[in-house]
Amino acid sequence: MSVELDVFVGNTTIMDKEVYQLWLNGYTVNDAVKVRIEGGVMEECEASAEVLLSDTMDQYRTFQMCERLLHHPAKLANQLLFQIPPDRQAMLIERYYAFDDSFVREVLGKKLSKGTKKDLDDVSTKTGITLKSCRRQFDNFKRVFKVVEELKGPLVENIRQHFLLPDQLARDYAAIVFFANNRFETGKKKLHYLTFQDFAFCAGQLINNWTLGAVDNIMEDMDVDLDKEFLQELKDLKILITDKDLLDQHKSLVCTALRGKTNVFNEMEANFKNLSRGLVNIAAKLINAKDVRDFFIDLVEKFIEPFSLCLLYMGVIKSCILRMYHD
Amino acid sequence: MPGKLKAKIVAGRHLPVMDRASDLTDAFVEVKFGNTTFKTDVYPKSLNPQWNSEWFKFEVDDEDLQDEPLQITVLDHDTYSANDAIGKVYIDIDPLLCSEAATVISGWLPIYDTIHGIRGEINVLVKVDLFNDLNRFRQSSCGVKFFCTTSIPRCYRAIMVHGFVEELVVNEDPEYQWIDRIRTPRASNEARQRLIFLMSGELQRKIGLKVLEMGGNAVVGYLQCFDLEGESGLVVRAIGTACTLEKISSTLPATATHPSNSSPSKDMKEPGFGEEAPGVPLSSGPPTPLRAQTFSSFSPSKSYSRQSSSSDTELSLTPKTGMGSGGSAGKEGGPLKALLRQQTQSALEQRGVSSSSEAFVRTGEYPFFTLAAFPPGFLLHVGGVVSARSVKLLDRIHNPALGNTRSYKLLDWNSFTADEPETRDAWWEEIRQEIKSHAKALGCHAVVGYSESTSICEEVCILSASGTAAILSSRFMQDGPLDTEHRLSRQPLCVFSTGSERVEGDMGSSASLGFEEVVSPGCGFCHIPYDELNIPFPAQLTYCYCCRRYKVPDVLFTTIDLPTEANVTGKGCLIQARLCRTKKKAQGEGNATVISNLLPFLEYELHTQLMNKLKLRGMNALFGLRIQISVGETMLLGLASATGVYLTALPSPGGIQIAGKTPSDITYEQHISNMQKKINDTIAKNKELYEINPPEVVEEIIGSPIPEPRQRSRLFRSQSESSDEVSELDLSHGKKDAFVLEIDDTDAVEDIHALLTDSPTPAGFYSCNTEIMPGIQNWTSAIQMFTSVRVFRLNANLTNQGLNKIFSDLCENLLKSLYFKLRSMVPCCLCHLNFTVAIPEDELIQVAVTAVAMSFDKEQLLENGKQSGEKTLIKAITENDEQLQFNLELNAETSAPNPLSSPKGLSEVGSHLSARASSVDYSSFADRCSSWIEQLKLKAHTIRRGSVKTTSSMEKASPLPEGRSRSLRSNRSYSGSSVAVVKMTPLSFIPGAKIIKYLGIINMFFIRETTSLREEGGVSGFLHTFIAEVFAMVRAHVAALGGNAVVSYSMKECVFMENPNKNQAQCLINVSGDAVMFVRESELESTSVQTQSATTHTSNGAEGT
Repeated sequence: MSVELDVFVGNTTIMDKEVYQLWLNGYTVNDAVKVRIEGGVMEECEASAEVLLSDTMDQYRTFQMCERLLHHPAKLANQLLFQIPPDRQAMLIERYYAFDDSFVREVLGKKLSKGTKKDLDDVSTKTGITLKSCRRQFDNFKRVFKVVEELKGPLVENIRQHFLLPDQLARDYAAIVFFANNRFETGKKKLHYLTFQDFAFCAGQLINNWTLGAVDNIMEDMDVDLDKEFLQELKDLKILITDKDLLDQHKSLVCTALRGKTNVFNEMEANFKNLSRGLVNIAAKLINAKDVRDFFIDLVEKFIEPFSLCLLYMGVIKSCILRMYHD
Repeated sequence: MPGKLKAKIVAGRHLPVMDRASDLTDAFVEVKFGNTTFKTDVYPKSLNPQWNSEWFKFEVDDEDLQDEPLQITVLDHDTYSANDAIGKVYIDIDPLLCSEAATVISGWLPIYDTIHGIRGEINVLVKVDLFNDLNRFRQSSCGVKFFCTTSIPRCYRAIMVHGFVEELVVNEDPEYQWIDRIRTPRASNEARQRLIFLMSGELQRKIGLKVLEMGGNAVVGYLQCFDLEGESGLVVRAIGTACTLEKISSTLPATATHPSNSSPSKDMKEPGFGEEAPGVPLSSGPPTPLRAQTFSSFSPSKSYSRQSSSSDTELSLTPKTGMGSGGSAGKEGGPLKALLRQQTQSALEQRGVSSSSEAFVRTGEYPFFTLAAFPPGFLLHVGGVVSARSVKLLDRIHNPALGNTRSYKLLDWNSFTADEPETRDAWWEEIRQEIKSHAKALGCHAVVGYSESTSICEEVCILSASGTAAILSSRFMQDGPLDTEHRLSRQPLCVFSTGSERVEGDMGSSASLGFEEVVSPGCGFCHIPYDELNIPFPAQLTYCYCCRRYKVPDVLFTTIDLPTEANVTGKGCLIQARLCRTKKKAQGEGNATVISNLLPFLEYELHTQLMNKLKLRGMNALFGLRIQISVGETMLLGLASATGVYLTALPSPGGIQIAGKTPSDITYEQHISNMQKKINDTIAKNKELYEINPPEVVEEIIGSPIPEPRQRSRLFRSQSESSDEVSELDLSHGKKDAFVLEIDDTDAVEDIHALLTDSPTPAGFYSCNTEIMPGIQNWTSAIQMFTSVRVFRLNANLTNQGLNKIFSDLCENLLKSLYFKLRSMVPCCLCHLNFTVAIPEDELIQVAVTAVAMSFDKEQLLENGKQSGEKTLIKAITENDEQLQFNLELNAETSAPNPLSSPKGLSEVGSHLSARASSVDYSSFADRCSSWIEQLKLKAHTIRRGSVKTTSSMEKASPLPEGRSRSLRSNRSYSGSSVAVVKMTPLSFIPGAKIIKYLGIINMFFIRETTSLREEGGVSGFLHTFIAEVFAMVRAHVAALGGNAVVSYSMKECVFMENPNKNQAQCLINVSGDAVMFVRESELESTSVQTQSATTHTSNGAEGT
């Protein structure tokens, strides 16, 4: 004796946010039912476990049917199969493309290839995120990457338009795509203390300032690749170390900007020459793809570590330096 | 003469990849109508082709336009091999043939393939230029409007209701043709889909012709069904009510004299007899009670006696059941016996198929109405439910002319229609005749809320028909006694319009005021239409609790919606009786015999269950009663659904009394008293839940002399059987009658358990199977239509009790799941809950539900108590309408079939056998009845009903304005979507909105098949997708017609077959509804609240002219 078939179809597709999240998190139906029971929905609604199971299965099925549409969010709006109110559509998309910071930290800068995907079970074990969820997140990265890779125009805008994502999420994806494209090394132990948001901020800065799109706003510009010419020119920065006058001028400018703004100012002032040399050396090497990948590790090893500067300081000086060279 | 059909293929999108190499498709389109086909160019290498074709023009007869669908096939061009079909779109041209419906079909329609489902969309434009046809002998009926809605559609008014129309067409089922063995499943499915499209078209055209013949211009309550009879063919049949409708000018609503006042606003609320009510000038003439005259003109005594003889000796064809209000079953054995007698008779009665052609009365002579809701004043009295069933053998009627060997054109009707439909027609004629005579036995001349259905298992087919016997006002009727002049002169009064102009929230109070002069207030329809001295069944009559003038039965069963004007106390709720009976496997005649023997008992028990559950809820009337009997190889399923309410006019029901057979045993006594306590508690709880507090003060206020009801009842009872017991009981109980359940056998224990295990609806939920829930008025615009299907696999060798429990649990759990799913809509009411049960194969039970959940504002709940309280104060106004007489009525009786003369009688199976069997059971039933009565005598305790007064809520100020503003909250946020939102509802209205145009009927039939069941998510995944696809296609077609909603939507058929071993499944779905265009009331020119106070007479009169 068993229920052989059990479906519920609404004219407006009914989707429970909570169950959606459980589905996204990769819970099995039974686990999801357990979570829901613990959540107390049964008492609230005078329901039985049976009812909950039926509802959960039904919702899962609906989500699975919707999933292929979510792969192309623009389709969700003009498909006819499911009648979903726009606010719901936005919710579905946003949550589907949401990711775990701990997961993204694992794959950030890695090539979004099949090989990486195969290793996801390790990532799953390490992060405690279900493999299913890992795969979804990874596939999302890859899908976004593939779509915007060849697209012209501003990266964030492209992502926002093609995947109908909210601004912040679009920026995060831009960072992921940017990191994946340039294969920045982020997995070294020394970089472990950095969060995804740290990298995302850096990526934002790099995209805005160091890519082709940042230099000129012609339509053909590409936001995913660093501006080669610019990197070439960075070589010329060596003059900041070799030329004494420029070194002093540089030092005084930086010190003026930072005076009173950091508690390690004196230290910084004293070590300015070494500090500056470290940065300039990193900059000068960036023309090599290999060194681009090591950009962040170099920053840590050759700049942050030697001077044990705090994160805030690095951010400030980086912004500062970047600004100086663009003005 | 012809018309010109024009089609243009604009573009496609989301096409599937047909060429694996390029991941693209080279699509082109074939446009076919009749035998003419056009093609577009190939649009190479694109999933979003832009064909932008020329206008393809088809010059065709309008007959063809009605019959044929426009068939659009999207194909992938292949240079080297055959072109692959991507999918098809069938477009019903019918809506374009009516000037008042849609003018163009334009939009994105899903491309559908029976194997792959929806595969992209196609944008098309379709138009029709129709030339006027003045030929009297034309075969087409273009321009006749069809409505699924079972009431007069909003934005129309009925000038005339002509009556019943029916038609059926038959064809061989392509699935069973020899060619099916060699063609692909896809080809077979498509042949079937196309055939059914053609048959529906033809059926509609034929019905349209009948309507034109009758002088009408529309069919309301159009109900079309398929009988998939397997080898013996495919029957498409339809019934409806022919009307002459007139569109209400759409400019009117915005004007100050808001004509909405003439709308019955049946949907939103019961007419709120608010403050205005007492002040209404009763401009009608003196309320002369015409009933006596009417009755004499009906010569009820005569007719009844004839009827009684007919039911005794005439051997009518089928089990008749639930003679409605006769359901006072309970304490007295009378009703039970009466019911039994009917049942057993019916078991005895054998049905002759060829009950002779002289029995056929012209269709027009059936006083049947498929309408379930009526304009105020139309429905005068309701007698009760009449139903008839008949078991037929399908193989016997198989027409040799239809042999498989013959190949013929699909639609070569002339070659065989002559014989086949006749047989089916004859079957239905028999049943209709019987319904008609049942109605007459109840002193009624008409049957309303009429519907027909079938259940087929192998070669056995159960035909069922049911309706509500009623007396209608002749004012709308064609055949009324009034002469034409008179009728015309009265038109301004009788013309009615339905609530297109209704303003939600403020209409209720004035809705029925315009009719105050002609309509009896909320109790009139409850008054018995039959002569109390010759009632067709023993019932306990009392004087109406509203007007105190006329007799009312103690319980009323009907198949119609609750009349808007009805006085109701408290709220209603869904009541279901569920029954499962095992049956021996048998073949052919033997099988039919077994089934026809089981049927009466099944119906009897369903009836008892309904009555028990009704009493348990403290209610006294059922509306929208629908009894479905489904037959399988090893079991019979019975499901009766209805909405229970407490009609203020009827006496309050007694409680339920349990009696044990061995009172000496103390523990047993205790057990019984425990149960009794539980039942009493449940009743009390239910009364509170449904706010049933009938005002007990009525008597003093009305101050009318109350003739001794008890004496009266004894008077009439002395004419009926078992009068002694009954009158004794009356002495001890007064008006309060107790319903006794004796628990001497396991059956009864089960019954009681079943009673008590029905779980109550969770807080915030209400449910009903009618259009609206009494006591809930202020709907918000949030609606959610849904379909839910469950299939349950049984273990072998279950007992009846076990089966019953499983079936009951299945329904209960389904309801619980629905409540849980829709919890975010609370407070909400599940309206029009329509359950369909089927036995797709041995050991499988399928239950499908379609309903709409509608949210409402809580605040106004309180309003209800006030209204019902006040309503009872309103003085009764005697209806001064002429009552309708059907001239042919009495004559028709004489042509009743004589079974003795029936020569072969397919269904005359095993008459002797069944006679014996049923007589045995009859006596056992009788035993049980009398023992109940004994018990009753012994323990004549009555459960005193609590009398809670409702006055507390009387002072409550009406929160109308707030409720209104709330209800106007529209779903504007939806409008941002690039796909137009299309609402769907099984109801005839959309809350908070005004239907401004009916765009045509939607009647779609789809088949879906898969050979990769597992890959599509198993049976659930398969069906889930399919139902979603059907919804999508309905929405897309409605949107293409220019509509934004489907009303009166129903899923008539959902036949699901699976073969998991082969990884295969197939499903057929048939849906229908009315495509409409609505506007949110908030978007309309704001019609200020004060318009409601405008008198109805002016607007009403103006409209009538």
